[in-house]
Amino acid sequence: MRLPAAAAVTLFLVLALPPVRHALEASMTAQMLVQLPLLAAVGYLLGRAIPARLGAALADWNYRGITGIVLASLAGAYWMLPRLLDASVTEPAVAALKFVSVPLLVGLPLAQSWSRSSFVVRGVFVLELLASLFRLGWLYLISPVRLCNIYLLDDQQRLGQGLIAIGAILFLWIAARLLWGRFDPTRYAGERPGGGCSSLITNPPGRP
Amino acid sequence: MSALRTSIASAALVLAGAAFLAGATDGFRAFTSEAARRVAVHGRPVAVPTVALETEAGDRISLAELRGKWLLVDFIYTGCRTLCLSLGSDFARLEHELAEPIASGRVRLLSISFDSSNDSPRELGAYLERYRRRGTGWHAARPTDEAGLVELKRSFGVTVVPDGLGGYVHNAAIHLVDPQGRIVEILDPGATDRIVESLRRFGVT
Repeated sequence: MRLPAAAAVTLFLVLALPPVRHALEASMTAQMLVQLPLLAAVGYLLGRAIPARLGAALADWNYRGITGIVLASLAGAYWMLPRLLDASVTEPAVAALKFVSVPLLVGLPLAQSWSRSSFVVRGVFVLELLASLFRLGWLYLISPVRLCNIYLLDDQQRLGQGLIAIGAILFLWIAARLLWGRFDPTRYAGERPGGGCSSLITNPPGRP
Repeated sequence: MSALRTSIASAALVLAGAAFLAGATDGFRAFTSEAARRVAVHGRPVAVPTVALETEAGDRISLAELRGKWLLVDFIYTGCRTLCLSLGSDFARLEHELAEPIASGRVRLLSISFDSSNDSPRELGAYLERYRRRGTGWHAARPTDEAGLVELKRSFGVTVVPDGLGGYVHNAAIHLVDPQGRIVEILDPGATDRIVESLRRFGVT
């Protein structure tokens, strides 16, 4: 088995272990900031392990990775619903849906689509991700009522702070890349197929 | 060609996503579990289980014995100093506003404790005292066994979480139970006039 596939399976099994699952679902913050991202990471690793042929077969339907990124965004938004966070802890069927859909409908399509996507597609995705982080973070921070019945209000507010902090870090990182990274299409166009701009976000500065 | 196919695939995904979202939120009406249980009883009233209870007077009753009357049920614990305060004063006000249907035996108020180990009949009686219960139209009770409590919480959709300070956090609401023993409406604490209004709509007052 190739390394990403082995890592994906191991990570998935660890997350599915009852004590690990219980610990990560004991707080709203851990479920949203640790469990869900790690489940998406399982799918991402899985996507890296899939033979390129398969991705190429679907490429016609996934121009510049748009379809995959739309799928990941929609499925990701679905798991932001407070109602589903509650239900995924109390109802086994919803828990199963979470453990299957987050890897396969969020992480995997992202892995298959990110490298195909253009600067604009990535920009739209990252902007929407940033907006969601701030929107949700603000909502959780100021909401006087508990949005999840199984979690406490201070947990919800901590999650709000966490989301805003992650949004701020992501924003600063993107801003730094835009200012100092290798992204300017007018300077790098023609340097590599598709234009140098597509290296934004995935490649560290100074390394094309 | 691939741009067209991608547009079709993405549009189909957006439509499917919207349909899923509509399904998961009861048609965009309930984004939280608390809203969901309110919407759910509107569409399909939930039968109340026949759980054995011990009242503040020490009487053993079954929830089934209360069928035939309209019940207003809330869930409390007597050690609560937050939400239950508002639930307690709501019930005190309702006991006053619904004095007539209560006197004629059509309506009963019932506060069920989910902290059965602490809330003995004495504690439950003190709770009613604290809110100056007037007559016998308002009872406080605790389930006699753990299984009954679990069953009650499940059917009413009540979630109780320890707050880490020795108390509990719970979703506070007033549940309207019809004479057939079905939860037909779930209302916010503080909305006593809406409860009176609901009872009027159901033809009780």
